[in-house]
Amino acid sequence: MVDSEIVLFGQTIAYTCYAFVIILLMAWFAFKITRPGKTNRISLTLFYSFVVFLTVLGISLHIITYNTIPWAPMDINRAEIKPDKVFNISIENHQFHLPSEKLIISTGDKVLFDVISKDLTYGFGLFRQDNSMLFQMQVVPGHRNDILWQFNKPGIYTIRSTEYSGPKGTQMILSNVVEVTGQI
Amino acid sequence: MSFINTIIKGEQGLFKSEGLTPMQKLILRFVVVGLLYYGFALIEGMIMRIYQIEPISSIPDYQYFAILTAHPLVGIFGSTYSLVFGAFLFLVPFLMKKPLWSYKLGNLTFLFITIGTLVFWLAGFISHYAPLYTLYWPLPSDFSQFNPLGGTFFILGIALVMLGTVFFVINIYKTIAYTPKGWDKQPSRALIASAIGYDGLKNLFKRKKKRKEHLVSLPVAAIARGTVDAALNAGIIIFTGVLILVFMVGHLLGFDLKETAIDALLYKNWFWWGLDLIADGLVLIFVAGTWYLLAMLITGKKLFMQNIARAALLVELIVSWTVWSHHLLSDQAQPGILKIISGEMVTALELITQGLAFFITLATLWSARPLKMTNELKFLLGGLLGFALAVPAGIMQADIGLNRILHNTQWIVGPHVHVAILVGLTMTLYAAIYKLFPIVTNNAKLYSQKLANIHFWAHLIGGIGMGAFMGMAGLKGMLRRTIYYNGEFNLYMILAGLCGALLLVAFIAFFYNIVMTVGIKGVIGIFTKSKLPKEDLQPAL
Repeated sequence: MVDSEIVLFGQTIAYTCYAFVIILLMAWFAFKITRPGKTNRISLTLFYSFVVFLTVLGISLHIITYNTIPWAPMDINRAEIKPDKVFNISIENHQFHLPSEKLIISTGDKVLFDVISKDLTYGFGLFRQDNSMLFQMQVVPGHRNDILWQFNKPGIYTIRSTEYSGPKGTQMILSNVVEVTGQI
Repeated sequence: MSFINTIIKGEQGLFKSEGLTPMQKLILRFVVVGLLYYGFALIEGMIMRIYQIEPISSIPDYQYFAILTAHPLVGIFGSTYSLVFGAFLFLVPFLMKKPLWSYKLGNLTFLFITIGTLVFWLAGFISHYAPLYTLYWPLPSDFSQFNPLGGTFFILGIALVMLGTVFFVINIYKTIAYTPKGWDKQPSRALIASAIGYDGLKNLFKRKKKRKEHLVSLPVAAIARGTVDAALNAGIIIFTGVLILVFMVGHLLGFDLKETAIDALLYKNWFWWGLDLIADGLVLIFVAGTWYLLAMLITGKKLFMQNIARAALLVELIVSWTVWSHHLLSDQAQPGILKIISGEMVTALELITQGLAFFITLATLWSARPLKMTNELKFLLGGLLGFALAVPAGIMQADIGLNRILHNTQWIVGPHVHVAILVGLTMTLYAAIYKLFPIVTNNAKLYSQKLANIHFWAHLIGGIGMGAFMGMAGLKGMLRRTIYYNGEFNLYMILAGLCGALLLVAFIAFFYNIVMTVGIKGVIGIFTKSKLPKEDLQPAL
């Protein structure tokens, strides 16, 4: 399974390239607009091509990500997928309550994190040891909040709340409590 | 002229506040207050930038979150609403060549927004009421963390701003539709139908010969359509405020209401529906309308593809009612169909509507080259660039797959929110200020072009740079709405802080330039009563 690190790397490259192109384009436009030109008419073909380009871009982005980011279809269809492991977690008074001190997962397992909140809206996210994010979801009281994730690499992860729940929420961190063991 | 003379009387003593009409004074009051609140938000922003590098020991975490709560509200309501409402209360009568329907109501809008912002800011500052602008249920009524009395004042402040907004909405539609004294009877219904796009919609189903002419100009249509969202948004915020107040007053009277009486997810849906009417509704529509107006004023030419531009504004209005679910892509209980249709697909339409506005504005400017690189033109280009950067960043995060690893990170507030607001929206507003300045000041001369250039470059580089470094931190996993105590993302935060300082330099240069242009005497004069008729927009020659 493609890791979220790879997806974010791809996004960084794509957006950075786009940002440089659009900045250069605007700089060129700002320069040219102060100079007299041969023709000032904008072709309608260019305009309608631009509209078609935007439409294709807007729709194709989601089709591409759905077919290349593995957790996207897994998330939509999670009710039909049988997890290898389920962890039931609750949150109350800015405290996570885990089923065990450490959550041990075997590499390759599909794991369902089923989280409930007994008071406020919180977040639930797993973070690598370099503080980068593996995934996150919102935890809304009165509703089921479940996320299915496949772990393809061994590693140790920290759980932290990814949603603001008042000043007390900044300390909602459980360091290195998720351990993925085994070989790739 | 000596420095002392200039600072007191303004550049060459050209600005004479006693020669201003009440309408000119009204818009200038909005501008002064809007800029002061922008300064407030900027200072708050800088405090938070420093805090993200190293938490400041004299500011406890609860105070930090109170600042974080006030910051976007002061920026949007205190600053942007003041600047936009002030400009539109002047522009609608200016473009329709008739007086504002009610000067008194315009003044009330000004007072309610100014006082309301001060009230909620003070309530947050004193009581540390800090549920953030999203107010996720039941956090606003969590009295184990927040003082209900402070919260009550906070909500009352917001309610005042919303009341001012309602007055603005009434004034705009009445001005479009009413018949001024001594005029022939105006076709009120037809004017409103044209303004909100109903006629344009009907034209789509008629033969070319039977199509109706547009009764209002395109910029007025843009203002009227954005105002629809302003009205709906005010309704949602007032309703939510009353709901929270019920819980607060109940607590103060000694009986606690059950928080579970309100479904947190349903609440999140309706509140985001309302909030998105600002972010994806009135901002995008008002901005597109302002781009069109500026492009026409700068070039003196008709807008390229006018009818498409009108249709796009209507599509944007409808889109703005149906995109809220992109804020709930990480809410697992949110129905999947809403995530895909509202969150992804309809949201992608914003790329098209905003892209069209971008293209049409650039094409209109291109058709008139060579153009002189004036302050309004360069700020307009900056504003266009801001949205060209921020909208695609938003479309990326409005994707089920990417949202899983971007939601609530610094990516959201950096390349999307701050670049959209600081570079896209604010630079567009600065372009409008530079363009309208001679009209509303009776041709006062700008004190320094050098300072205007510093304002432009420092703002552009600072805004884009800050957004970029926040975004880089977000891609590395840095969350928004939390405090990092161990310098985990210091490299990015120091660079973002330096860019934030550039924004501060830009604002100081602009503020100083404006004060030196009109003089302290002139600034005071803006707040005194005008002896000229209220119906006149500019003094009669």
